[in-house]
Amino acid sequence: MSNSPSDGVLRPSDHADSSAASEPDDITQPRLGVIGWARWGWRQLTSMRTALVLLLLLAIAAVPGSLVPQRSADPNGVTQYFTDNPDLAPVLDKLSLFDVYTSPWFSAIYLLLFISLIGCVLPRTKHHWKALRSQPPRTPARLSRLDDHRTRTIAVAGDADATAAAAIDTAAAQLRKSGYRVARYDARGSYSVSAERGYLRETGNLVFHAALVGVLIAVGVGGGFTYTGQRVLVEGQAFANSLLDYSSFNPGRFVNGDTLSPYSMTLDQFDVTYVPPGQPGSGQAGDFVAHVTTQAPGADPRDGEVRVNHPLDVQGDRVYLLGNGYAPTVTIRDADGREVFHDSVAFLPQDANMTSLGVIKVADGLPQQLGLLGFFYPTMDVLPSGALTSTYGDLEYPVLTLRVYEGDLGIDDGTPRSVYTLDPSGMTQIAGGDSGNPAIQLMPGETEDLPNGLGTITFENEAPAGASGYDGSVKRFASLSIHRDLAGPWVLAFALLALFGLLAALFVPRRRMWVKATPAADGVRVEYAGLARGEDPTLAAAVDQLAEKHGAALPASSRPHTSDPDADAGATSNPEK
Amino acid sequence: MPGTDPLLLDEISLLLVWTAVAIYVLAFIAYAIDLARRSDLALKAKDEVVSRELVTAGGGGVISAGTGSSASVASKPRYLWARLGTVLTALGFVFHLVATVLRGIAAERVPWSNMYEFALTGLLLIVAVYLAVLTRYDLRFLGSLMTGLAVLLLGGATLAFHVEVVPLADPLKSVWLVVHVFVASLATALFALAFGLSVVQLIQARRERKLAEAPADAEPKRSFLRTVPNADALESLAYRFAIVGFIFWTFTLIAGSIWANDAWGRFWGFDTKEVWTFVIWVLYAGYIHARATRGWRGTRSAWLSIIGFTAVLFNFTIVNVFFKGLHAYSGLTT
Ligand code: HEM
Repeated sequence: MSNSPSDGVLRPSDHADSSAASEPDDITQPRLGVIGWARWGWRQLTSMRTALVLLLLLAIAAVPGSLVPQRSADPNGVTQYFTDNPDLAPVLDKLSLFDVYTSPWFSAIYLLLFISLIGCVLPRTKHHWKALRSQPPRTPARLSRLDDHRTRTIAVAGDADATAAAAIDTAAAQLRKSGYRVARYDARGSYSVSAERGYLRETGNLVFHAALVGVLIAVGVGGGFTYTGQRVLVEGQAFANSLLDYSSFNPGRFVNGDTLSPYSMTLDQFDVTYVPPGQPGSGQAGDFVAHVTTQAPGADPRDGEVRVNHPLDVQGDRVYLLGNGYAPTVTIRDADGREVFHDSVAFLPQDANMTSLGVIKVADGLPQQLGLLGFFYPTMDVLPSGALTSTYGDLEYPVLTLRVYEGDLGIDDGTPRSVYTLDPSGMTQIAGGDSGNPAIQLMPGETEDLPNGLGTITFENEAPAGASGYDGSVKRFASLSIHRDLAGPWVLAFALLALFGLLAALFVPRRRMWVKATPAADGVRVEYAGLARGEDPTLAAAVDQLAEKHGAALPASSRPHTSDPDADAGATSNPEK
Repeated sequence: MPGTDPLLLDEISLLLVWTAVAIYVLAFIAYAIDLARRSDLALKAKDEVVSRELVTAGGGGVISAGTGSSASVASKPRYLWARLGTVLTALGFVFHLVATVLRGIAAERVPWSNMYEFALTGLLLIVAVYLAVLTRYDLRFLGSLMTGLAVLLLGGATLAFHVEVVPLADPLKSVWLVVHVFVASLATALFALAFGLSVVQLIQARRERKLAEAPADAEPKRSFLRTVPNADALESLAYRFAIVGFIFWTFTLIAGSIWANDAWGRFWGFDTKEVWTFVIWVLYAGYIHARATRGWRGTRSAWLSIIGFTAVLFNFTIVNVFFKGLHAYSGLTT
């Protein structure tokens, strides 16, 4: 490969292809002033070595985020980690190990990397811009020094100089046609054309690096205009797209929560199919689909479907299906038969057979507040240990069991409490466990008494008339996630740009070619030579091809008579032989 | 396929997989014998330095089999055992291919939807790329490494990861499964080849260093390395495979993000699997940079290629099985 310093491409001083002598060694610099130091520091920051070290650091720094749960991706995992490792977790937290990708040290690495990148790319872009409009360099005096070099001698018809000049005219035309930029360098006693191609390689490199900056900016800025909100909808429920109606909402920095597109959405039905027993994968659930009706103001209601992998587009938002489960409908009446609670409560699935856990809170209407901790088994079975379990996800033998607590739910003082957890610390258990009363156990349609004569509880059967078995006896819920993402399309565009840049940067050969004709005693000596700029496995073949094509295009009278291009005495090597 | 029992098809497929593994073992043995014999052949041939034969100048040109400069090499080595190794590898490949196709038919979908199938297809591609490259470059000195890898990983994956054919889980029902995972396997195959070349490059570089330090008249040591291209040529070849692999990996990353955006509503979330895909991408970007950084060419960059591929294997095995994340597609639980 070459070590020519006059490269046409500006590279950091420690690039493998730039000449070692062109930059003074850092250690032997004379005393530096402030500006000198700044310049020195900048050159260090934008050197190839720094880029490399920062890249490797970035790779290493990203790893801990896969070993320790991250707040962004797995908040419950973090909570669990704190419970499991009470001593270690706070230390890790101090080191931002639960927020690796927003931590100061991770940010420092990638910001330095991108500063280095910009510092590297800007001067190169300027230089490349100039190089694009400059002439290919002068033909070297001794082409035979190059690795890929061929010679032939052609017969002279008439004037030797005219023959030589005409041969070079032909070569120049051919090279230009194959995409080279060419310049003639005719001097006393020899005629030559210098050709260059592959500027696209450097362009690709610059586009690639610049596009990475684009990706970063798109993520950073676009993320500010992005929001996601979650909402659980039970079959039959509707929700309006406003801040109040979300169960959680994560707006980007620049999102105004009051200006969400106004529309409403109703979950009409949630479908899921199960692989029947006896077949491979039996019990596996699939083909989840939430049938919804959406309505924008002043427009007709529209039916839509939300499926896994197929979000629904509504008014510029995208609606995703995150999860699903059962929402048993429960009615509680007081001792006088007055209804104090009636609702379908979403129970969170705990395993693949939809054993589900849920909490019912009765805040008003009874002498004391009531908390019920329930398990729902769509197909209940009894383990040898006596514990209940579910053996199938569909509603074959649905059973709801409830432990009942009486006392203070702890919701009156305004402390936010999750609807999915019950804090029994201020309460007395009155059914299930050690309370002396058995846990309440119900199938759809059944009613039982609450302990201590408090009243009754009913597990409503929601099946439409005429349904067979327990089909549809319990409502389902869909957990939906609603997104507006302004960053996505930009990130994708920059990523694709980077990919195309990369293709050009890695695979466009960048090379120079020369053809030189020198009148000599026995005819005109024609030399062909090529020089690779960077990796170029096909250079030798390209020089061969050039020589061959040129030979074929010469006028018949001056066709080579002494040698074929490969049998070349002066050439340094021809590895193909 | 109507009328055929998927369980039966899968059993046949499994049988073929084991046959393929057995044939790869034989190929491995043949290649190993070849390497052992090469040291003799090389001595007999009394070639002086490796650089003359098999090797290209300046990273260009083609490494072609057994074409030393004919004048000085007395007997052209024919490498019979290596040929046998290649024939066996090709035979094993055929069984492997049929096994993979049958698995796909049994499952009525592309055969790369869980860890077992991904291993099946991924290794098929590794062997395929190796065999395809053999038609252009004589890389049979990598044969024992590649078949060894195939035996270990295919055998290991079949023992550890084989699962019955079951319907796809919803998140996997996507065209992106077809594209994203296939391209990832292809990238893996190319990285594997680059890895093999980098390993041999390191060994070769050590030998060249020793040779340079040894006194000029020292008895040359017997080694198959004399029949292998020099470290520079190995490096530039490794680089060429790695950059193609890198392009595919970049595409994998992009396609994965598009899929993630459809499936989970965000294109990037530093899920464990995403983290590792990113780490591997950055490692190979580092490798490519290293090749362009003064003082990092040669042995140091070769180490990066080796570390990169180690991360690929780690990502596929340890991360899939033991790390928690959204990419729960191993098919090993539930
Ligand atoms: C986000 C960080 C970076 C990534 C992912 C990255 C990635 C890459 C990749 C994949 C290539 C190979 C493509 C090609 O040859 O054009 C490359 C080449 C190159 N990069 Fe970067 N790069 C990064 C930062 C930098 C920085 C900070 C510099 C400045 C020091 C730099 C300078 C170069 C140069 C000069 C080349 C050409 C190498 C050659 O001649 O083969 N890169 N980079």
